[in-house]
Amino acid sequence: MTDRARLVVLFLTVVLLGGVSVGWVRYASERGALRDRQQQDGPPVAAGRVTLAGTGAGSPRQQRLVFRNMLWGPQRDELVSVAASAPSGPRTASDVRCLRFYAAAGTGICLQRLPGTLEERYRAVVLDADLREQRHFPLDGIPTRARVSPSGRMVAWTVFVSGDSYAGTQFSTRASILDTRTWTLQQSLEDYQVIMDGKAYRGADVNFWGVTFADDDHFYATLATRGKTYLVRGDVRARTVTTLRENVECPSLSPDGTRLAFKKRVPEASADAPWREYVLDLRDMRETPLGEHRSVDDQAVWLDNSTLVYALAGDYGSDLWTIPADGTGSPTRLTTAALAPAVIG
Amino acid sequence: MYLADAYTVPTSAGPGTDPGQQAAAPAARVTPRAVARALPRTVLVLGTVSLLTDVSAEMVTAVLPLYLVAELGLSPLGFGLLDGIYNGFSTLVRLVGGHLADRGGRHKAVAAVGYGLSALCKPALLLAHGVASIGVVLAADRTGKGLRTAPRDAMISLASSAETQGRSFGIHRAMDTAGALLGPIIAFFVMRAAVDGFDALFMVSFCIAMTGVAVLLLFAPGRGHTTDAPGRGHATAGADAAGNAASAPVEDAPASRAREEATVSARAAFGLLRRPDLRWLALCALLLGLATVSDSFLYLMLQRDLAMPREWFPLLPVATAGTFLLLAVPFGQAADRFGRWRVFLAGHVGLLVAYGLLLVPVSDAALLAVVLVLHGAFYAATDGVLMADAAVSVPAQLRSSGLALVQTAQGSARFACSLLFGAAWSAWGDRAALASATVALAVCVTLGAVARPLRALGTAASRGATT
Repeated sequence: MTDRARLVVLFLTVVLLGGVSVGWVRYASERGALRDRQQQDGPPVAAGRVTLAGTGAGSPRQQRLVFRNMLWGPQRDELVSVAASAPSGPRTASDVRCLRFYAAAGTGICLQRLPGTLEERYRAVVLDADLREQRHFPLDGIPTRARVSPSGRMVAWTVFVSGDSYAGTQFSTRASILDTRTWTLQQSLEDYQVIMDGKAYRGADVNFWGVTFADDDHFYATLATRGKTYLVRGDVRARTVTTLRENVECPSLSPDGTRLAFKKRVPEASADAPWREYVLDLRDMRETPLGEHRSVDDQAVWLDNSTLVYALAGDYGSDLWTIPADGTGSPTRLTTAALAPAVIG
Repeated sequence: MYLADAYTVPTSAGPGTDPGQQAAAPAARVTPRAVARALPRTVLVLGTVSLLTDVSAEMVTAVLPLYLVAELGLSPLGFGLLDGIYNGFSTLVRLVGGHLADRGGRHKAVAAVGYGLSALCKPALLLAHGVASIGVVLAADRTGKGLRTAPRDAMISLASSAETQGRSFGIHRAMDTAGALLGPIIAFFVMRAAVDGFDALFMVSFCIAMTGVAVLLLFAPGRGHTTDAPGRGHATAGADAAGNAASAPVEDAPASRAREEATVSARAAFGLLRRPDLRWLALCALLLGLATVSDSFLYLMLQRDLAMPREWFPLLPVATAGTFLLLAVPFGQAADRFGRWRVFLAGHVGLLVAYGLLLVPVSDAALLAVVLVLHGAFYAATDGVLMADAAVSVPAQLRSSGLALVQTAQGSARFACSLLFGAAWSAWGDRAALASATVALAVCVTLGAVARPLRALGTAASRGATT
């Protein structure tokens, strides 16, 4: 082949591949525009007032759910409110966008993505009952879990931190705890003293995720080291965590404080979907597998003392499902196109 | 371009033709001085291929964490655990790739398979949805990288004369780094144009990588004429004259083929380690690699020391890469002029100074800039220069295997160092860990200078003078 012929072939290759590239980007951008149009087959969404304050009556009939709306349309990713009695009914949308969200006693935590200049950035925003920003904190990585203590004072979140750009697959997690009364932020639970089997433990590869609060001083979380995960009980003031049990991830404490829902790696599951949802009774440390046989990769939320809600992949990102917490029953879809729910009321 | 074209070796030359024989022909037409200045076309071609491939790879790297977590909803902790296995596997693949390329002079073919495999992995990412399948795709991507590195570097060295090895590798590394810097910028624009457009991004990445493969297939010299620059014979002549069978000149095609396949065996490849020059080089590279702290630790320490705003953190590697890009060519030329091993050691001395500065309890922006410039300069003075130095110690027929050996020694030493350093960091804290790394590096630089005495290395200039 002469050099001229080679150049012609190269030119044609560049034109072809360039055409494919431009075409695909245009297709993706038009598809993006489509997402901004309100989706017709989902529940109606209308802008309105969303509040994190409960009625105080404690009556289930006045309870609401606030979650991230994942329906395509202008309100995608906004926090929306629905009546707990009609979870798939009309959604009232706020103008606050979050990737992850949780709320308790009038305090909300919203983990947001910020359009960055050269890369995505994230921040954690503490919201008051009217969804107004109280303070915000920059995040080191991609948000995954968020929780608020039952009193509304303490806030916790977990992010995925990726290492340097040359080793794109090296990940770790970082869990932070914030006191919203003093605004002191404990950047990383890795600064806590770890007590394993009664002895102080140090490890280079310690990671924490999935904090759930018992009260303003005590919490449960997952610790990972040497390829194993542990349930730990943490003390915010003493800055210690104590391991309790192996193979527990993303614990979630029941409202009455007696049980933990968690995801457990089960050997019979495939490597792609390794978890099953379990409930651990803290009084006798007995585990109960739940009636959900799909892999759950979420930190479940207790709707009440007997029902759990969690997210599973769906057509519009994710759907919310419920299951009885005692191992009976089978999963029911609560609502479509929703993520990160919190019970208000 | 026309100058470079003039050097292309006639295609009638049989495979395995000894480089030394051809040297005289083009040199008769062009003066040796002009020869030294002219850029071998192969270097530009392979530089372009690497540039495109790095754009493609860094585009994906920039968004992969977000894709795995936000789009697929995967819990990415499992990937970290597999990293060690991939690294080990990639090392093995690199040796295999180097060896395969030498058999029958198939550098181009092996490199094309490597580049092609990595290119195909980009759209494959869209088909993989679980931790296991994503892991397989990432492993295949690294296999491609492992396969192509040694044959590509062998082609660069075979296309360059002994006195321009450093410059050729410098040009290649500068183009390569330019691609790495461009990748995230292109990714940003694609992601801005298409909301959640991971599929668009992976397809654009694939198209860019395939363009690189096309450039390689169309313009890189194929079997039998990997060498397109005059004076390349010195590459072997400069090596020890101990009379290794592999460096003996071969005359005509059929006979040479038989001889070559006899000598280019796995045993011959490892037999390279019997050559004192290469053995010492591999050993010293290994030694110095053991004291080279991985970039991420360095950046982490800079960030902590200077209480830098988090948003700036991604700019640290950019500063290092920018310096690398600017200095790669001048340092490569300096290596040709003043001795490659000297420049290689000088780069490590620069790194030693950077470590020292990090240990000083002063923190300001000027210090940060100096450390980053030294870090970039370290790469410019070592990355391509090591290959240039290794190239002159290995006969042309075993070039790819020889380079793979040296890369493997350095790569595995660095990996071991990052494990050791991580352990030291958590046991003693960052300062103590860095202090020990500094001492280790000082010892290794001294040993390197003693083990491979600087005076024994004729600079390329003095070698070239025999032309």
